[in-house]
Amino acid sequence: MRDPAAIAVSFTVNGKPQKLALDPRTTLLDALREHLHLTGTKKGCDHGQCGACTVLVDGVRINACLTLAVMHEGDSITTIEGLGTPDKLHPMQAAFVKHDGYQCGYCTPGQICSAVATLDEIKRGIPSHVSASLTDRPKATGAEMRERMSGNICRCGAYSNIADAMTEVAGGNA
Amino acid sequence: MKAFTYERATSAADAARKGASVQGARFIAGGTNLLDLMKLEIETPTHLIDVNGLGFDKIEATRDGGLRIGAMVSNTNLAADMRVRKDYAVLSRALLAGASGQLRNKATTAGNLLQRTRCPYFYDTNQACNKRKPGSGCAAIGGYSRQLAVIGSSEACIATHPSDMAIAMRVLDATVETVKADGTARAIPIADFHRLPGDTPHIDTTLSAGEIVTAVTLPKPVGGAHIYEKVRDRASYAFALISVAAVVQKDGTGRVAVGGVAHKPWRVDAADAAMPKGAKAVAERLLAGAKPTPDNAYKVPLVERTLAAVLTEARAA
Repeated sequence: MRDPAAIAVSFTVNGKPQKLALDPRTTLLDALREHLHLTGTKKGCDHGQCGACTVLVDGVRINACLTLAVMHEGDSITTIEGLGTPDKLHPMQAAFVKHDGYQCGYCTPGQICSAVATLDEIKRGIPSHVSASLTDRPKATGAEMRERMSGNICRCGAYSNIADAMTEVAGGNA
Repeated sequence: MKAFTYERATSAADAARKGASVQGARFIAGGTNLLDLMKLEIETPTHLIDVNGLGFDKIEATRDGGLRIGAMVSNTNLAADMRVRKDYAVLSRALLAGASGQLRNKATTAGNLLQRTRCPYFYDTNQACNKRKPGSGCAAIGGYSRQLAVIGSSEACIATHPSDMAIAMRVLDATVETVKADGTARAIPIADFHRLPGDTPHIDTTLSAGEIVTAVTLPKPVGGAHIYEKVRDRASYAFALISVAAVVQKDGTGRVAVGGVAHKPWRVDAADAAMPKGAKAVAERLLAGAKPTPDNAYKVPLVERTLAAVLTEARAA
């Protein structure tokens, strides 16, 4: 088959409307990095196993590598660049710095996006595999955060510091 | 990834008609499994029909006291629905035991049922696999089969179905609602939805060409203790070695389905009937005629031990 015709798609990225014409094979991850030059979001495994590509779509975390950009018509996408800036860090970014929640930093944008969404999911009362009760509101305990963050791999092994950063943002004791 | 054309479906009937008439067409919903396989060129559709905009994203009460789950309800939203958490807890538990938070947010109810096996020989395009390439053989037989099927397998295929959700759907007697290419609707009991491999392991389900899943319905709640116990190599974000979904009543009667052992969610009437007799009696009936390989023979006693743990938990509930 010849290369298929480009398809028009419009969505908002970090509050800014974007219009693109894309080969339908383009993943949301590649649209962000290669077309919009937002290279904060990282490509790790490109198969949904490592979480480095985690972004928020309409406030919900997903793997940007396992979704086609053309499937996001009208969506509102937030990447690490949209959470905070060097001058005005998001509280989760500041907590990662304070608690040394990274070493090489490659997984960090995905970790931070995932961490922000994880605390939101707990706040919205979504249960997890480790929730003792399905009907009680879950709390931001260490066990809850670790289970919910299992889709984000850190090969430097910064997990305990990431958990400390999340605990601080959640308002608990590290 | 091979090139493909893309369109957004306008109705289930339109999608089903095109799914059957356009050569190489596939539906895409969450995309978490299909796109993974397309990148590996294990799946090579030439046309994708995006079914996300069809409105099948609601969970509604049915007139007989059950629930009708839209095909495109995400795994997260299904697990978090308070009706499911209260009345079909085994389903919430199974969903929450699967995948990662990111994947559950995209993966859909129908897509979860339709996901392909994680047999390593299906994923490795250098290996023979009758499921990926009919007639090429099965490199898993005589290969590394630790994760693979112990029952219901064939000379052509020893793959397992990887879903957690489907095991809970099986124990809850769910029904899969579809629309066929000719526009007619039908309801398929979950027991008849997935196939055994036989000599056509490339066909996973009993859906006809173009047939689209629109919803999964659950009968009215049956009460009892709902338990999903999944055994895996790490505590989170891993496929099951085996899993047990059970609904156990106060008097010890109940029902049980097992995952990680077969090409489909595994449930046996005689095993359900033996529930009051305990784990050994249930496991014997569930896995009667099992043909494990030396690599996965451990699954047979593991099912019995996991059942014993589940029944102990149910008594304490």
